[in-house]
Amino acid sequence: MLTLSDLSCSRGHKPLFAPVNLTLQAGQALHLEGDNGVGKTSLLRIVGGLSPADAGEVRWMGHSTREDPQAFRTALFYLGHALSLKEELSALENLLSDAAVAGRALTPADAVTALARMGWRGREHLPLRVMSQGQKRRTALARLWASQAPLWVLDEPFVALDVKAVDALRARMAAHVTQGGMVLFTSHQAVSLADAAGQALDVRHYRLEPAA
Amino acid sequence: MSAPSVHAFMAVLQRDLLLAMRRKSEVLTAVFFFVVVAALFPLGIGPELNTLRLVAPGVLWVGALLSSMLALQRLFEADFRDGTLEQMAVSPTPLALLVAAKLLAHWLVSGLPLVLLAPVLGLQFDLPVEALLTLTLALLVGTPILSLVGGIGAALTLGVRGGGVLLSLLVLPLFVPVLVFGAGAVEAQASGLGSQAHFSILLAMLLPAAFFGPWACASALRIALE
Repeated sequence: MLTLSDLSCSRGHKPLFAPVNLTLQAGQALHLEGDNGVGKTSLLRIVGGLSPADAGEVRWMGHSTREDPQAFRTALFYLGHALSLKEELSALENLLSDAAVAGRALTPADAVTALARMGWRGREHLPLRVMSQGQKRRTALARLWASQAPLWVLDEPFVALDVKAVDALRARMAAHVTQGGMVLFTSHQAVSLADAAGQALDVRHYRLEPAA
Repeated sequence: MSAPSVHAFMAVLQRDLLLAMRRKSEVLTAVFFFVVVAALFPLGIGPELNTLRLVAPGVLWVGALLSSMLALQRLFEADFRDGTLEQMAVSPTPLALLVAAKLLAHWLVSGLPLVLLAPVLGLQFDLPVEALLTLTLALLVGTPILSLVGGIGAALTLGVRGGGVLLSLLVLPLFVPVLVFGAGAVEAQASGLGSQAHFSILLAMLLPAAFFGPWACASALRIALE
């Protein structure tokens, strides 16, 4: 369970958003909404432990993530705006080295399967430098198929994806949620999730309000 | 150390070496700089062998120092820009361990070539065999210190505009002891005093740098990411 209590953050002595209080239970997806510049990315970075909060805390399974970062990082999959891809490496090499750094076991065969899920057919061995922005994003998101982390924190995962890739990503998020995972994501579009049987899943919404 | 940590360490090392192979020009620039500096000095000074022998250790050491400065600026820059550093920071493996892998990879591509080239370049200065050997050994112990201490500077100046100049100002004074004892080792050996004391001091600098360097780098990188 992820709990954010009275979380606040400021830029230049001015609070960015009104203090955030929310909990995310196993099997829930939460869509974080808010206008441009209200601090969605900043909030996700605080949750991921990359930036410190001005006040309040993030708790994972009841423990502060600042005090016990190790346990939290094992459970976390974080993907920010920067995709963490190397242009000189191929999609496959990127996926494999990334999994090893994150401490996930991933075989090349599984990596190819993960890429295929995100619409890669062949060309896994070409350097990413020659690929389009959408294909790079697909590569970064293919990590979700290789991840066993229960908590996903995704910053604008749907940007620059075509309709097929958006559907694949939604299906993956839905599968993760039905298996008891948690997804915290931002998006400017409405996102609906449905399980394998086509049953709509409940996506919670949280609107980030600017500080008064 | 747990198995996933070792696996992550190897993965970072392997990735950085692979990237160095694919971005050959970047790596070769620093090495080429070292070769050119060392090759220009004998031409500039002239064929006076005694003078050349006298200045050789200093020239080669200063060349190695400046060449490693050139390479330092790229140490964390690309990883910072493309988000790889973020992913390393949220990894369950301690960041200091991953940074240690990066520093090792950095030394292998920018420090080790200098060590291997030094005896060849030393020939231009008419250095005797024993002096060449001492010089090479001194560089072998000294260049890792440059990578480790320089890495802290590179991490501290990450994301700062004009960071390159700041990095030089920050790190070059810290390189002075390495230069003094590194170049001094060759002179001490040539004068018959023996270079053991100099090597002891170089090693005494290397060990704490190897122990605390990655840890300090990791702390500085976390600040840069905030």
